Amino acid sequence: MMDWQPLVLTFKLAAITTALLLIIAIPIAYWLAHTKSQIKPILETLVSMPLVLPPTVLGFYLLVVFSPANPVGNWLDEHLGLQLIFSFEGLIFASILYSLPFMVHPIQAGFSNLSSSLTEASYVLGKSKSTTLFKVLLPNIKPSLLTGIVLAFAHTIGEFGVVLMIGGNIPGKTKVASIAIYDEVEALNYDIANWYSLILFVIAFIILLMVYLINGGYLKRFWK
Amino acid sequence: MIQIALQKKLTAPHGSMLLDIDININKGSLVTLYGDSGAGKTSILRMISGLLQADKGRITVNQKTWLDTNKGIVLKPQQRKIGYVFQDYGLFPNMTVKQNLLYALEKDQSNHTVSELIDIIELGDLQERKPEKLSGGQKQRVALARALVRKPEILMLDEPLSALDNKMRAKLQDYILKVHKQYNLTTLLISHEISEVIKMSDQVFIIENGKINKQGNPIEVFTTKQMSGKFQFSGEIVQIEQEDVIYIVTILIGINFVKIVAEENEVATLAIGDKVIVASKAFNPLLQKID
Repeated sequence: MMDWQPLVLTFKLAAITTALLLIIAIPIAYWLAHTKSQIKPILETLVSMPLVLPPTVLGFYLLVVFSPANPVGNWLDEHLGLQLIFSFEGLIFASILYSLPFMVHPIQAGFSNLSSSLTEASYVLGKSKSTTLFKVLLPNIKPSLLTGIVLAFAHTIGEFGVVLMIGGNIPGKTKVASIAIYDEVEALNYDIANWYSLILFVIAFIILLMVYLINGGYLKRFWK
Repeated sequence: MIQIALQKKLTAPHGSMLLDIDININKGSLVTLYGDSGAGKTSILRMISGLLQADKGRITVNQKTWLDTNKGIVLKPQQRKIGYVFQDYGLFPNMTVKQNLLYALEKDQSNHTVSELIDIIELGDLQERKPEKLSGGQKQRVALARALVRKPEILMLDEPLSALDNKMRAKLQDYILKVHKQYNLTTLLISHEISEVIKMSDQVFIIENGKINKQGNPIEVFTTKQMSGKFQFSGEIVQIEQEDVIYIVTILIGINFVKIVAEENEVATLAIGDKVIVASKAFNPLLQKID
């Protein structure tokens, strides 16, 4: 009998992660696209690390840092009441780190591709940096924002290693779909594993198809 | 009165160059900066607008100080009242023509300014279009109108007409002259067309390697040898043909071609693309009204 809970949990995790990532990634991408600072390569490297690092490495360090035995984990627990190990909050934190490049890179590319005269024109018209960002820059990189949102969302759905390391396999709390599949296969329930897999496959296909349709201009009337 | 003194080390195509200028511009005049590309013209406009920081300098506009590096005063671009027309226009692609103009309004300004500009610059038919649906000349007019919404103390145009054909160019020159007079603007124009400089400006500054080489009334500045011609035009040589012992030089003046007879020793110093002045003083030109 297939349990819907892991799927619901997966999409809840992906939605929250994507929303938070959007808020975090816009300032990072804006800064990376415009700065001439010497520490830019270092920050760029850090943002891109999750692309090449085995997820288990990231998960392992998060597990160590956030464990109650570690000063950081201890402090978070005592002062903020946050336990990031084997909890949904911990999954969100880990997912944000893990999917960061998928949100930052498209937005950064979007900002870089805009002609600098748009920003300058807005400044000489007396508009502040934030007005320029929200009224001029962001509306003109909608395709990049959409790409970032979709990639981060889809990538979070596909997480496995990080989640397993820091979240474990607690039903209703940290047992997301990708882990449920692994679980069912281990228990030789291939049917159920197949259902989970099929649903993830179809959803991932539809999401990516939407991006290509929209950014390719096929659905222009719906995205103006 | 606008006083501008600026110094900045620039990296030019051939090594570094010290831009060092000190100019005064009368309120209400139309002034051109003329010079080869890379001479520092755009950098001057960018420093006046605050988009580029000067190493040293002082800018006062109608008794207000915009920049004084000695006193540490540097106004942000937002605080300087300027209209700037960029070479690539800088129109916001996400907004219609009208929204581009409305965006430029200041908080306490009424929409009336926008509708007035739409009338003067004849944008009525275009106002609901997005910039991607406009021709080069139309984009130019929108950029000009948008730059005027704030009622700038200086209007700056960075080679606004270089990408346009001659007919469109002449029309836009007329638009610029019209708004310049109507709003009593102080206008700073970059151009490297002598005919444009002569047609448009009260005063020209010739910039070479970051320095003012010459300044003054355009006709006087460009006629190096003092000619006392009764009438004269500047143009560009487009063709030199030999016919027996003489040469026929075809010159483009504005949108008209003129053929002039020249001798071999005159032609020796001329080449296609050279800017020349066509002048005459031996006869009386006749004027006749065209019906």
